[in-house]
Amino acid sequence: MFDWLQYFADWLIYSVFGISAKTHLGEALNFFVFDTLKIFVLLFVIITVMGIVNSYFPVDKVRNFLSRNKMHGLEYLFASSFGVITPFCSCSSVPLFIGFVKGGIPLGITFTYLITAPLVNEVAIAIFAGAFGFKVTALYVATGIVLGIIGGFILGKLKLEKYLSSWVQGIIANAQTEEQLQGEKLSLWQRFPTILKEAINIVKGVSIYIIIGIAIGGAMHGFLPTGFFEHYINKGQWYAVPLAVIMGVPMYSNAAGVIPVVQVLVAKGVPLGTAIAFMMGVIGLSLPEAMLLKKVMTWQLIAIYFGTIAFFMILSGYLFNIIL
Amino acid sequence: MKQIKVLGPGCPKCKTTYNNVLEAVKQTGIEAEVTKIEDIEEMMKYNVLTTPVLMIDEVAKVKGRIADVNEIKQLLSQ
Repeated sequence: MFDWLQYFADWLIYSVFGISAKTHLGEALNFFVFDTLKIFVLLFVIITVMGIVNSYFPVDKVRNFLSRNKMHGLEYLFASSFGVITPFCSCSSVPLFIGFVKGGIPLGITFTYLITAPLVNEVAIAIFAGAFGFKVTALYVATGIVLGIIGGFILGKLKLEKYLSSWVQGIIANAQTEEQLQGEKLSLWQRFPTILKEAINIVKGVSIYIIIGIAIGGAMHGFLPTGFFEHYINKGQWYAVPLAVIMGVPMYSNAAGVIPVVQVLVAKGVPLGTAIAFMMGVIGLSLPEAMLLKKVMTWQLIAIYFGTIAFFMILSGYLFNIIL
Repeated sequence: MKQIKVLGPGCPKCKTTYNNVLEAVKQTGIEAEVTKIEDIEEMMKYNVLTTPVLMIDEVAKVKGRIADVNEIKQLLSQ
């Protein structure tokens, strides 16, 4: 699928720059050019497609859909899938949380959405596909969705409403189904310029992280011997996965910055499941997010929320290690 | 005089939007009162789900993304 990019990278480095393919520099530059271009092409395509989907299903519509329909459990699947298609920024998590509970959406379903949204989003999917291929990406997306469903379901069953801040409990008491939204009646053709502009903005915004990530990756690629980490971390050590998640939680980065680094960790011998567990810890849970959530939740609830999610991240890490 | 409000808990996107608004107001020379709303309880009165939100005269014009200077100028001239 990306052969043409490889031809381009070969042509640029070996013919135009005249650096031999046999040198380390030639090989490293070729890798850098190919990888960067590939990720940018994927990013642009996937963000544009997601942008189109999102233009028809903005988060307001998702909220109204979930608040109006009672679906005997299926709503968890919907909430989790909506988490994938809607773009997410951790600074939106609090308004989103309030907006959902205000619309009468049960706490468990709100959690489901909050778990999946940062874990599986357009940027993560694009970079993941660039780094690990489509099969692993599909598995990752599926895991993210299931993680959200199970996590939200369990948190919902725990009856945690009493651990919300008191003003939020007041909101829940007055919750009501939102009235019909006035949908914009625009053709795809009219929507497209805004979608494209937004896609370019997102790519621009994350490009610096990706380039730094790939550069760090490239350097590690060149200097660390293959199997370097295998020495310290391997599948035999049961504590590697939990440790990876616990190390990942205090770190805060978006998917764009962490995936190229994770790719190199894997290339140098860290088991894929352990690396993915680490990545989930970094992008799915973070201390800044905990600080934001403090406004709507008590510490007990934040601890339960983080604990449950971390537990399932660890579980998916083991699962990935077994099946990949 | 236009009332412009930028709603957001203080993330980089919200700050960029706020600065873009100030720039747009300066460039158009329009008379406007620009407020930044960072308090979450205050924000929820406006029923927002994603941030940043750009409101002009109590109408949410842009939600969940950064509006650039030209776009804001266009919105202000309406």
